[in-house]
Amino acid sequence: MSILVGKETRLITQGITGEYGRLHTLACREYGTNIVGGVTPGRGGSDVEGIAVYDTVSEAREKTGANATMIFVPAAFAADAVEEATEAGIELIVCITEGIPALDEARMKRIVSAAGARMIGPNCPGVISPGEQCKVGIMPGFIHTPGNIGVVSRSGTLTYEAVWQLSELGLGQSTCVGIGGDPVIGTTHIDTLAMFQEDDDTHAILMMGEIGGTAEEEASQFVKDHVTKPVVGFVAGRTAPPGKRMGHAGAIIAGGKGTALEKMEAMRAAGIAVAESPAALGSTMAEALAARA
Amino acid sequence: MKLHEFQAKERFRAYGLPTPRGIVATSVEAAREAYGELEGDLAVVKAQIHAGGRGKAGGVKLVRSADEAAEAATAILGKHLITKQNGPDGTLVRTLLVEEGLPIDKEYYVAITLDRQLEMPVLMASAEGGTEIEEVAEDNPDAILTEVVDPVRGLADFRARRITYALGVPKPLARKFAATLVKLCQAFLGDDASMVEVNPLVTTTDERVICLDGKVVIDDSALFRHKDLAGLRDEGEEDPTEVRARKAGLSYVNLDGNIGCLVNGAGLAMATMDIIKLHGGEPSNFLDVGGSASTEQVTTAFRIILEDASVKGILVNIFGGIMRCDVVAQGVVDATKALGLECPLVVRLHGTNMKEGRAILESSGLAIVSATDMKDAATKIVEAVS
Repeated sequence: MSILVGKETRLITQGITGEYGRLHTLACREYGTNIVGGVTPGRGGSDVEGIAVYDTVSEAREKTGANATMIFVPAAFAADAVEEATEAGIELIVCITEGIPALDEARMKRIVSAAGARMIGPNCPGVISPGEQCKVGIMPGFIHTPGNIGVVSRSGTLTYEAVWQLSELGLGQSTCVGIGGDPVIGTTHIDTLAMFQEDDDTHAILMMGEIGGTAEEEASQFVKDHVTKPVVGFVAGRTAPPGKRMGHAGAIIAGGKGTALEKMEAMRAAGIAVAESPAALGSTMAEALAARA
Repeated sequence: MKLHEFQAKERFRAYGLPTPRGIVATSVEAAREAYGELEGDLAVVKAQIHAGGRGKAGGVKLVRSADEAAEAATAILGKHLITKQNGPDGTLVRTLLVEEGLPIDKEYYVAITLDRQLEMPVLMASAEGGTEIEEVAEDNPDAILTEVVDPVRGLADFRARRITYALGVPKPLARKFAATLVKLCQAFLGDDASMVEVNPLVTTTDERVICLDGKVVIDDSALFRHKDLAGLRDEGEEDPTEVRARKAGLSYVNLDGNIGCLVNGAGLAMATMDIIKLHGGEPSNFLDVGGSASTEQVTTAFRIILEDASVKGILVNIFGGIMRCDVVAQGVVDATKALGLECPLVVRLHGTNMKEGRAILESSGLAIVSATDMKDAATKIVEAVS
């Protein structure tokens, strides 16, 4: 078992004929993901290295039985692509695209939620379940190892850093979820923590946040109330100045709120083992597991 | 992208919102003439800078004659206005807005912003206009009323009425006031703003409702569909290095320390700053080269870091995913040669093609210190600059 993606995932790529869509679709297939098709309006009937391309998501779903989509279309068209996938009945929508207008994100979220579908991202690296050889996203597959640590993070490369540290210490991963760095995201830390808590193959959770908003504080409260598995936390941006956006649209300390220290304090108060240094993500997890054993 | 007050009010008028009559002036003489054109006794001369807190800093002056208008303009124009929001150096005032004075009855605070918890735009209002909302939030949080704004339909009329009555707006003005709130929300959605703030929104003794001030921030990600707004950007208000970085497709923020950082990914870039600090150093910048930077972009990134004269050393931290370590290594070598880099350089490469990347660095003959992990990298760069 794992969460969100696995052996049962039947994936299509929206924007499969673009440079990145193509590159990452093929990398996902190589990793073992069951890619059943792709969508690019106007390119229906062609193929990408043997992967059938359709004009619309509804046609792709009808012909292939797809239950998940990975979206690479440009920011200007991403909201439409998400709505198209939702309307076609796709259950899992992983939106990689970055730079989507915030109001589009708010609109996307409402459409997806109303339909009962699940969206990961946008502006995220995607989801990977190493034990089921299923990768839906842009992360380098080779740093992951099968195991029992669930990873949830707002960041991309920092997640790779964490995964590599875990793998080096022999701590494999059940599923790694990059939830994205934007102010409005489809799936939150709390949603992911709830899924990891229910997943038998996940024995401990690494939760990584960053400055901005209060999602980490709310997630910490959720951990205190509902999570019985060991949780390790990290918050990036303790040196970030107030009022400046640090790359991610959501990473900003506004009105003195959303600092890393507040978030770390909330984590500690919830019994989460906080890694002070980004070089200690793996070792803090190893210690937390040893303390429970 | 922040707008100036006079630009924000132009946008308000485009949505049918009432603003005071006003004239933009960039010289003392123009300010004097503007007073004459406005024809009233009372006028207000307002510094046009992005930072808030202008009034308390002396950037807003009431005037009652053309001479007073000229005097106020002389006192403000060409000076650095230091408010509590813009740091010790303040901001150079290059533009003034000269506006008619109004017979103000009551002042209200109104703002629309994206609420991250609700994941919806929210209208906030308080009857304590003129005061900074942070102060109201601190002293009297119950005085701030909120209504959700539908991101497609805008502010529902009933919500506009409900908040208007709750604010205690006098009955004869309630309809006008509610209609103003609805239009402000239309401006927020229509212009893809991330914030619209009117502080104060005033009612006058002659029963008008007017946006006396205006602060608008446009969502940068939405500028692709607002080509007409892009020209409103005032680069003079921004850090010049940050402007250059943005144009090169790099995400850069200038900081006070002396260790330059070049990293791929925003989260890892923040974590790199953090680990430098944990090892006793001070980062001089945040710099995210993105997921797929080219050799040229790496060179540009180096140039930008080195524009800061306080930089005494550079740490490159790359976790290759899409980005290949050999490409980054070649970029680092090319940049080092092209720029004749003299300060210590520590490079940590990991991920895709890391062996090839490290080999390129080693065979370059340059004084590049290789690091195995983040801790090693931070230790080495902090040692090198101290």
